[in-house]
Amino acid sequence: MMTLWKNYRYLLLRRITQIGLMFLYFGANVWGWNILVGNLSSSKIFGLIPMSDPYATLQMFFAGAVLSADLLLGVAIATLFYLVVGGRAFCSWVCPINLITDTAGYVRRKVGIDRSQGFRQPASRQLRYWVLAMSLVISTLMGVAAFEFISPVSMVYRGIAFGLGFGWAAMLVIFLFDLFVLKDGWCGHVCPLGGFYSLLGSFSLLRVLYNQEKCTLCMKCKTVCPEHQVLHMIGKESLSVTSGECTNCARCIEVCEDDALGFSIRKLVKR
Amino acid sequence: MNETKREPISDRRKFILNMARGVGLATMGGFVWSAHVNEAKASSLLLRPPGAIKESDFLKTCIKCGLCVVACPYNTLFLAKAGENKPIGTPYFTPREMPCYMCPTIPCVPVCPTGALDEESLLTNQKLDINRADMGVAIVDSNSCIAFWGIQCDACYRACPLLGKAITIEYSKNERTGKHAYLKPVVQIDSCTGCGMCEKACVTEKAAIFVLPREVALGRAGDHYIKGWDKEDEKRVKNATSKTTTTEISKKSAVDSLNDTKELY
Repeated sequence: MMTLWKNYRYLLLRRITQIGLMFLYFGANVWGWNILVGNLSSSKIFGLIPMSDPYATLQMFFAGAVLSADLLLGVAIATLFYLVVGGRAFCSWVCPINLITDTAGYVRRKVGIDRSQGFRQPASRQLRYWVLAMSLVISTLMGVAAFEFISPVSMVYRGIAFGLGFGWAAMLVIFLFDLFVLKDGWCGHVCPLGGFYSLLGSFSLLRVLYNQEKCTLCMKCKTVCPEHQVLHMIGKESLSVTSGECTNCARCIEVCEDDALGFSIRKLVKR
Repeated sequence: MNETKREPISDRRKFILNMARGVGLATMGGFVWSAHVNEAKASSLLLRPPGAIKESDFLKTCIKCGLCVVACPYNTLFLAKAGENKPIGTPYFTPREMPCYMCPTIPCVPVCPTGALDEESLLTNQKLDINRADMGVAIVDSNSCIAFWGIQCDACYRACPLLGKAITIEYSKNERTGKHAYLKPVVQIDSCTGCGMCEKACVTEKAAIFVLPREVALGRAGDHYIKGWDKEDEKRVKNATSKTTTTEISKKSAVDSLNDTKELY
């Protein structure tokens, strides 16, 4: 039981936050709870603290919308929050699509699609930054927030509180894409929201720290990591994972049997 | 043996090919994405919550958070779902199912974080005034409205929250029977807020009075016509510009043109 907890504690906590947040939003619309109202695009906490999606707001800015003070305050709060806990902490602790892509990744490993495909990935992980740039260009040209019109993240979240419609099809497409086409396809290659939080996360405080002295080079961390390129230092030197692409999901910490990985606060001053 | 040795691809060629691949992919993706967005934002028949700014600005400004939907006590508002052919995630209402009940406190508007629902536009003397809302305008189809047939019905008139202002009854003689009156509902477009309570109340199978966005429902007389008897109407054409066209006949003045007899002989 203790090993089970040790091996899955962060995963369990993540699922609890992911599902719990959805439940709170759902309760707000259905039972009139006042804890967390709205959805991931913009919400009010306890009817007081605003929180807004900085990436959606950036697109709105490019589309030519007049940004209100309320909105900018919400963006500032969200940005500060993710600057502390890690930009892509959003991806692994909040985003509902993570449940889908993690499932696809798990099935991939278990069924052996990973091994049959080998290491050849037909797309670059830099793709998301291009999609991010393109979303801003299209927002400018079309005069609407471009990614918000196709975002499966918002679609699922709106689906929970306000009705899903055909949103399930988008979820299925992402699952199949991640399962059969591209390993870590949506979250690790395509999603511009993840790209945005990657850029934000390059500056964030809470990071995973690697200790080479304890490491026995079992490489379990690299197998389980959805962004394995961020663990480039394994077996080489003791470093923090500084890449913004790390989602702080902490799976590497859990699977490590040598206690070589753990959370730490990044050193702001370089020695 | 005619095996020809393949030349390895040079770094320069590799670079150029990769660039071309990237540009091609970006162009393809960009066009597909733009086309989808263009289609998705095209619906113009939606009724927005009170205080909504102009539709094109609304689509830019609404962040699709649904706070207005949660705030509405009557469950009037919905966020457009995927596959409904409406701009996804934006709030709208369908009056025949649930109209706007025009709460005096307008709970849906102040919660809007982005200003897509504009509180300013609903203020009268610094106080929220739902009667200033302009969600659309009611239109009567006189062919299917039974009051126009001569059957007595004033369901829409009674349902209207601006009773006697936004819908008035016009009396006229029923020549067919010679002894009855028509009581025809007429929408006063300056007062109508587009709440849709008339549409909800309408007794016909498909509502004979229904709300459409103003841009869709109304025409525009333009600058060429003016109510000469109405001083207020002058203001409407204040910014009118004149454009003079010259044709073969109008080159000369009208009198000269009439006096020119050359063409007669």
